[in-house]
Amino acid sequence: MSVAQTHHGRFLGSRTPAPSGDARWKLVAATMRRHGYRADALIEVLHAVQGAFGFLDDDGLRFVAASLRVPYSRVYGVATFYQHFTLRPPGKHTCVVCMGTTCYIKGAQGLVEAVQDRLGVKPGQTTKDGRVSLLEARCIGSCGLAPAVVLDGAMHGKIKAEDLVGKVEEWMKHDS
Amino acid sequence: MTLEELQALAEKTRAAAAVAGRVVRVCQGTGCHSAGSDTVQQALARETKERGMGEAVTVMRVGCRGLCASGPIVSVSPDNLLYRSVEASDAPELAASLGGEPLERLRLPSDSPFFARQKKIALENLGQIDPESIEDYIAAGGYTALLTALASMAPAEIIQQVSVSGLRGRGGAGYPSGLKWGTVAKAAGAEKYVVCNGDEGDPGAFMDRSVMEGDPHRVLEGMTLAAYAVGAKHGFVYVRAEYPLAVSRLRKAIRQAEQYGLLGDKIGGSDFGFKVELRLGAGAFVCGEETALMASVEGQRGTPRPRPPFPAQAGLWGCPTLINNVETFANIAPIVRRGGEWYAAIGTPKSKGTKVFALSGRVVHTGLIEVPMGITLREIIFEIGGGIPDGKKFKAVQTGGPSGGCVPEKFLDMPLDYDSLVSIGSIMGSGGMIVMDETSCMVDVARYFMDFCTGESCGKCVPCRVGTAQMHRVLDDITRGTASEGDLARLEELCDMVRNTSLCGLGQSAPNPVITTLRYFRDEYEAHIRDKRCPAGRCRISQEAAA
Repeated sequence: MSVAQTHHGRFLGSRTPAPSGDARWKLVAATMRRHGYRADALIEVLHAVQGAFGFLDDDGLRFVAASLRVPYSRVYGVATFYQHFTLRPPGKHTCVVCMGTTCYIKGAQGLVEAVQDRLGVKPGQTTKDGRVSLLEARCIGSCGLAPAVVLDGAMHGKIKAEDLVGKVEEWMKHDS
Repeated sequence: MTLEELQALAEKTRAAAAVAGRVVRVCQGTGCHSAGSDTVQQALARETKERGMGEAVTVMRVGCRGLCASGPIVSVSPDNLLYRSVEASDAPELAASLGGEPLERLRLPSDSPFFARQKKIALENLGQIDPESIEDYIAAGGYTALLTALASMAPAEIIQQVSVSGLRGRGGAGYPSGLKWGTVAKAAGAEKYVVCNGDEGDPGAFMDRSVMEGDPHRVLEGMTLAAYAVGAKHGFVYVRAEYPLAVSRLRKAIRQAEQYGLLGDKIGGSDFGFKVELRLGAGAFVCGEETALMASVEGQRGTPRPRPPFPAQAGLWGCPTLINNVETFANIAPIVRRGGEWYAAIGTPKSKGTKVFALSGRVVHTGLIEVPMGITLREIIFEIGGGIPDGKKFKAVQTGGPSGGCVPEKFLDMPLDYDSLVSIGSIMGSGGMIVMDETSCMVDVARYFMDFCTGESCGKCVPCRVGTAQMHRVLDDITRGTASEGDLARLEELCDMVRNTSLCGLGQSAPNPVITTLRYFRDEYEAHIRDKRCPAGRCRISQEAAA
């Protein structure tokens, strides 16, 4: 069964209808259009999908595959090869602990363990209420300020475990 | 834009800058930015305006000044003043001091060895110009090399200058750039590509990040010169997605250069055209390897393939492709502008010029430095870096990331270049330099890097995929105190196998951190195995093992 038959989305200019009427698909379609629907733009397009939706779901992967006319297996292969792409929705807040060498020798492992103990989730997991995701990064290149974390996209350098846990607790408390 | 128009614009921009007698530069590198330097800049702009200094003082944003740990850094010229850890609340006091007595409370001596011992070529514009202004770049002499070359140099002459300069690839392997350019130029094919490798994946490295963020036009100019030299019309900058600021600055720079006719068709009124596209990485260390990087640019899984054919013969879409690292491209415009001989006069006989290092870890002044090749590690760590903090003792310095090694104290006085580092089992690498003191356990460091390589192995070849995992298991056992005497021999055997039989550089060099720590810190391994003790007190030797 072709993608066009299984999804009843809006037509956005490509031959393939979007998975839903969600306006964010327009952003994705614009990226594909800019690259002329070329197969080599696959990673750029997956960035656009994840940028718009926060993660890559199966409908999105199939939509991209059909639009760029590449096999679904290749899209899935690329999406799972690269660490940056995630197939699961992230929590409302994200705490990324840098595990680069400098951060590591300056105690990043302790930061991970502190957050892990507080939240009861391991790196790569999200709390049951969907509020906070704990992630590890290979290196965010802020080695001059090690140990560093990225909280909801903002970098914090020379952070101590108790301060980090404090910030995470703020997220748990408030409905922010 | 022609060369005359470029020079006129440079003149005009410089004249406009000269009207404002005093320039306050606020570092907006990632480090300073995270410390709130954008609010500092706004506060300073507001304060100077409110004090009626609007005409006489310009407050501007600049790229990384290097001393990341003391950010936000603010400089004042022509007074040659440097201030550190400036906060928005300091703005009134700082603004009031302009033209008068310096604000001693925040002052950083500009003649400190951190700045005085450096020699800046690739980084010369960082901390000087606004990275988001092409006019600033042009006023600093930018794009002169490109337009002069297009007007009066044949492609072969550019390659000649790059060869004479002795420049070697700054991505780590140190392949002579002139030789590589010559191969691509000679390769047959109507379509050729130039690729800039900005996939700075080594943990502990942020040189390329700072260059892309702080002087994006320098990278584009270098790429365009390369394209003219080798006969390419199309180029890609491959940047890590983890560097959003670099991505947005490069995007902006490409747009600006296109508007000025410095990218696109008929550059500088010549018949030469060159287009650059940005490609984002997606978090795969192996994509720093050139064949894997090309697969990724083509939108595929970043797995390497055997070489030959080398990218110079068959690269992107099978076409001859020139791949160089960000820092390599950043050196091109000065070499073309000032001549290869000038560059070759700096450095050591076999490693010319300067090298940018990201100095971090257990050292007083962490940050970004550019030094002449041939400098010693001792000068870098103890003079520029200010030594080890908290009265601790130096143990090792790690160079070259997961592909490099740990250098012990006895080599601190060795002149630093590509070949000297290889001779002691490490590599220059892209320039990460992580200082470790007595609190770091070298077995744990080896385990850390092997964990990294196990996770980042792409899985295509068995020696790397399985071998790194096996090594990691042995190292893990050692750090837990559950290893036995035979494990060291097993580890050495694995190192040998993975190094000699892996497909690409990731696997071939993955054993380096283990080999160097085994060579220089064997006693630490033995203490874990025989005495069930971690000399640095870092490893969690299990109670059972210790008993």
